[in-house]
Amino acid sequence: MAKALFNILIFPGFLFLFVLGLAVEYLDRKLYAKFQNRIGPRWYQPAADFIKLLGKEDMVPQEADAAVFKLMPAFALAANITAFLYIPIWEKKSLFSFGGDVIVVLYLLTLPTLTYFLGGWYSRSVYAMLGAVRSLTQLFAYEVPLFTCILASALLANTWSLEGMALFYSAHPGYWLFNLTGFAVSLVSLLGKLEKVPFDIPEAETEIVAGSFTEYGGRFLAFFRMSMNIELTVGAGLLAAVFLPFGLDLAPAFVFSLFIIKVVFIIGAVSLVRSIMARLRLDQMINLCWKYFAPLAFLQVLINLLAKWVLIR
Amino acid sequence: MILKRALYHLVRKAATIRYPYVKTPMPDKFRGQISFDPKKCIGCKICMRDCPAGAIIIKKSEEGDIEAEIDLGRCIYCAQCVDSCPKKAVQYTARFELAQSDRKILKVRYRSEPKNPVKKQP
Amino acid sequence: MHDSGEVNIPIGPQHPALKEPESFLITLRGEKITAVNIKIGYNHRGIEKACEERTYIQDLYLIERICGICSHSHSTCFAQAVEEIAALEVPVRALYIRSLIGELERIHSHLLWLGVAGHEIGFDTLLMYTWRDREVVMDLLALLTGNRVNYGINTIGGVRRDISEEQIKEVKGAMDILEERTKYYVDIAEGEATLSKRLSGVGVLSYDDALRLGAVGPTARASGVERDVRKDDPYAAYAELDFKVITDKHADVYGRTLVRLKELMESYKIVRQIIKDLPEGPIVIKAPRKIPAGEALSRYEAPRGEDAHYVLANGTERPERVKVRAPTLANIQAVTHMLKDRYLADMPIVIAAIDPCFSCADRLVSVDGPGLKRKKTMTWEALRLFGIEWHKKQGIDISSLNKKISRMIK
Repeated sequence: MAKALFNILIFPGFLFLFVLGLAVEYLDRKLYAKFQNRIGPRWYQPAADFIKLLGKEDMVPQEADAAVFKLMPAFALAANITAFLYIPIWEKKSLFSFGGDVIVVLYLLTLPTLTYFLGGWYSRSVYAMLGAVRSLTQLFAYEVPLFTCILASALLANTWSLEGMALFYSAHPGYWLFNLTGFAVSLVSLLGKLEKVPFDIPEAETEIVAGSFTEYGGRFLAFFRMSMNIELTVGAGLLAAVFLPFGLDLAPAFVFSLFIIKVVFIIGAVSLVRSIMARLRLDQMINLCWKYFAPLAFLQVLINLLAKWVLIR
Repeated sequence: MILKRALYHLVRKAATIRYPYVKTPMPDKFRGQISFDPKKCIGCKICMRDCPAGAIIIKKSEEGDIEAEIDLGRCIYCAQCVDSCPKKAVQYTARFELAQSDRKILKVRYRSEPKNPVKKQP
Repeated sequence: MHDSGEVNIPIGPQHPALKEPESFLITLRGEKITAVNIKIGYNHRGIEKACEERTYIQDLYLIERICGICSHSHSTCFAQAVEEIAALEVPVRALYIRSLIGELERIHSHLLWLGVAGHEIGFDTLLMYTWRDREVVMDLLALLTGNRVNYGINTIGGVRRDISEEQIKEVKGAMDILEERTKYYVDIAEGEATLSKRLSGVGVLSYDDALRLGAVGPTARASGVERDVRKDDPYAAYAELDFKVITDKHADVYGRTLVRLKELMESYKIVRQIIKDLPEGPIVIKAPRKIPAGEALSRYEAPRGEDAHYVLANGTERPERVKVRAPTLANIQAVTHMLKDRYLADMPIVIAAIDPCFSCADRLVSVDGPGLKRKKTMTWEALRLFGIEWHKKQGIDISSLNKKISRMIK
């Protein structure tokens, strides 16, 4: 009982994720600044932002649906934290592994996008409604490549659980190299899920102010931003667990450090892509995803099926 | 293209500085706050006439004592007074960090020494 | 809201896409724009009226502060108009120095525009790089004129400061650095895929439409209209300098980007010529305080287009009437045309592509013609009472603020 409470509240639950989320935001912003030849914020800046937002007045617009408006940040945060509990951090299995938990993690990652839509729609402001609709439209574009690549990797391992994939790839070292195409495609599609440039269309600052978050302020915005940080951690952790499953046979401390290094590497790649590309228009993005990424993802599935048939019998 | 440049900047020194802990010096003849020397002023009031914002007020008493008030809140730092003054009593300085939270501090006063000081009685 | 599938979105007056307040009421169907309704006037400060109560010397500084980016353009244009009325022969060295500062201002403005265009399409890295390079020009201008914006180098009859040999060396060094960096930006504009995808085919303005709607500056030149006041009606030292007028055939935002980038390269060439051929001589001729009666219209090629000033003098120390026609006012008509049947996502970049400067553009425009009601003029007191009455009708009573305001002014 005490152990369960410790796990949920401290590690790897709330406290650990909060701190990791803040650290991840700092890393992202610092790298982004360095690529742009600037100094960037100090290490305590994300924490300071969070505390400042908690102290501001939180207003609910008069025409908005107050219940939905206030609940959405909590739902987004809950979905993201729960998704993290299934990712293996210091050993091959996570705290609550079971067969099929890859699907559960992907499902839990779709929930925050839904909360952005509902929160924006029920804010009843023109900008928020536009942003909400764009958020869902974007979902139809990046979801197929992302899911297909992750499931392709699971296909090679012949299992639907993250623990099973970790066991398989540890038993056959070097097989994770088959998934490199899928890694590249899902790295770019992850940008769509996280709504970062070049796919930050739902939150385009110069077109629709702040998209779904236009009317949010104070602690609601603080929790939304925290949930976005944790979503970045979960996404990076998921990609690390699915596409970079090497070095999992060492002692837990080493595996944990390796996990942090893999997450840092993925976040570095995300920051790099964020700083070298411009924002695409919605129709251009849908074109790109369906014309190029989806076929590449299916190509990855083909490669894995071929590998499975040839190598494993 | 940008990729190479972005990675190159990752290891180079940043182009920004940590102001206000580090400050860059301003060039010579920078138009910051103007300084006023009441000893050189002859009370012609050309600067008062030419100031676009009415920021200089010069009062000349009958003995020739000059009392000047420069309102930093009204000044537009154009330095026309520096050009107009025939005796070069008004000069540039490089001070530009002049923000205050009390408006009265922005009114800077100068007075020249009285020409015929009254001796204090012992 | 969804009665006919059309939504009215107010872009502005306060909006992150706009650097200055302006109201665009956009009617959207889905993501496509069907109608645009433009309202300007949020930045009207009564500068033309204020000019009539100040002397010519004071007016120079007031006119300079119409806009921060094209401040030298306004100040030079005004000085040229007054010098024409007073028939003053400005020394050649002063004309060269004016052109030098004018070209440096053009460089600074175009680099700023590049950054803003990058920011509008979500490409913040371009913003940071170009504004870092802009610092080179601003430090140079601070060295030459004493301030980074609002240079104050003009006076009636010439310029106020001279250039020394060391400053000329600094200018040369700065031009070398900037030319190398601008070549890099030209490469990015031509090579970077996401950039050209967002900018091509957006905001199309054909040659005939540009002529019909009265576009000026790079907006018109990108559609192939070869109009540049520096060549058509040379002022300052431009009659003796050798440079090209840049036009482009693309006629969209991409073309405008290319025109501005190539104009940057031309400006470096012009600056190098100026500092090489700078003639010796005085920098100012003494101008009278009372300008004789007369009127003059002077034109100047500001970074955004053609800037026109009209001055009417009546023999006293103060002008009778000053009128300013800024280039953005001429380009705004084209925006409605360019935004028809485009996506909402193109709106910020189309507006940014004409390089809007609403502080320049918000002057008094009087429309007069047959069929319109007779116009009337008001005194200051009548205008103030009219304002109080109007607000009372809206439900706001400001007579209680009267005491507070008079106390604050004291």
